[in-house]
Amino acid sequence: MATTTLTTSSSSTGIAASAGLSALFGLVLIVLAGHVQADALHAAAHDVRHATGFPCH
Amino acid sequence: MPRHMTCATPPASPATDPMLSRILTSAVIAGFAAGLLAAVLQLVFVQPVLLHAELYESGQLIHSSAEGGVSAQQDVVGFDPLRDGLSVLFSGVVYVGYALILVAVMAVATDRGWGRIDARTGILWGIAGFVTVQFAPALGLPPELPGVAAADLQQRQIWWGGTVLATGLACGLLAFGRNWMAWASAIVLFALPHLIGAPQPEVYTGPTPPELAGEFATRALGVGLAVWISLGALAGALWQREMREAGIPQAA
Repeated sequence: MATTTLTTSSSSTGIAASAGLSALFGLVLIVLAGHVQADALHAAAHDVRHATGFPCH
Repeated sequence: MPRHMTCATPPASPATDPMLSRILTSAVIAGFAAGLLAAVLQLVFVQPVLLHAELYESGQLIHSSAEGGVSAQQDVVGFDPLRDGLSVLFSGVVYVGYALILVAVMAVATDRGWGRIDARTGILWGIAGFVTVQFAPALGLPPELPGVAAADLQQRQIWWGGTVLATGLACGLLAFGRNWMAWASAIVLFALPHLIGAPQPEVYTGPTPPELAGEFATRALGVGLAVWISLGALAGALWQREMREAGIPQAA
């Protein structure tokens, strides 16, 4: 019983931390590709930003 | 002998956590495939409208409603290796980013026993993702052509972010809520960004024909829906495979 509890709780912690980290990576990529207005980044991602519906210009 | 089993799941740091690598593997494959599909569909269906509009933005064509206006048929088809190559790249980055968040939420849902995840239910996840990051923001800020009038960029980005957050929460509450309180909150969260209203321009000054703007917005949304359904189904299938390989049972 104790083993079951330990296993479940450590796997939940693993999932929470892993999911949080993965979501954070995702957020960074979307902000970089979709929102940051630095000139080079804006020019390179321009067409994708418009076609994907990000606010642009 | 079975005593060894007690150490089968040692507490792992996130960096070496097999769960993290399972999430990343599913997300990167599904996101990259969706990004490629998005790039192809956008280059075929959306880019010609954008290039057409740029002829008006740059002044090469002038929109007039007077008799004998400008031809609606313009030769804008063509492949620009650098420009379109960058679009393929950034399309991949955007959809890998979305997939990392999508699969992270799928992992939490599996852990909480919120329902089975596979290719079929993944389609629903994909539709929810589309509504969250494309359709709901488009109700206030339609995908815009270059050259159209728009309000202050930062204000639009804030409204966009708030709308995505509220709509995502609303989708989660609608799908996994267990009582009327949760469902009522979902409806409020769906409606709230639109009751507040997106920032709109003071005046319409764009040089672009409204017909092109309408065509652009609907095509961008259509492509978005197709890509998100594919992303959801693929992420669901890959996640189901990862769970099966890890021996983690899924809710029925």
